[in-house]
Amino acid sequence: MLATAVLIAMVLVILALVLNIWRVVIGPDTTDRILALDTLYINSIALLVLLGIHMTSAAYFEAALLIAMIGFIGTTALCKYLLRGDIIE
Amino acid sequence: MLDIIISIFLILGAGFALVGSIGLARLPDFYTRLHGPTKATTLGLGGLLIASMLYFSSRGDVSLHELLVTMFLFMTAPVSAHLLAKAALHLRVRAEVDLPKNDD
Repeated sequence: MLATAVLIAMVLVILALVLNIWRVVIGPDTTDRILALDTLYINSIALLVLLGIHMTSAAYFEAALLIAMIGFIGTTALCKYLLRGDIIE
Repeated sequence: MLDIIISIFLILGAGFALVGSIGLARLPDFYTRLHGPTKATTLGLGGLLIASMLYFSSRGDVSLHELLVTMFLFMTAPVSAHLLAKAALHLRVRAEVDLPKNDD
């Protein structure tokens, strides 16, 4: 029961990842691509959490937390660059 | 019984993540596309993390470190959405309706 649910959830999240990558490719603006990358890292955290349940291992949460932090910093830095032309003033 | 609850949270969470990404792929302009990922996807991840919290708590010790990821994401998603909207308004990204006037 639970194993099937994890597999179905994985398929849904992978479909979401494919849609995000499609948006990264077609753009059309820089902000669209940044937004798609932002969603991409959130969905990859979801996939990592599902993998943790699938393999019954708690070791994936540190990776999920790291991806969450680095992804946020990346989005912020890219937006700052678009807004000001510089990241650290 | 707990298995059923965890499965419901898993499917709901993954479904919300997928709905957010469909919104990102399908909506007509950037300002509407901003809605899908920042709300639906974050909520979906919240559901998945609740499921994982229940699952690892049912196997022994109470497991709360998923709460850290949830809190961090729920704090940072609005901030990044705000920054993205500001950047898009600054660059005058194409929109379906008229953009507000620049007053800076």
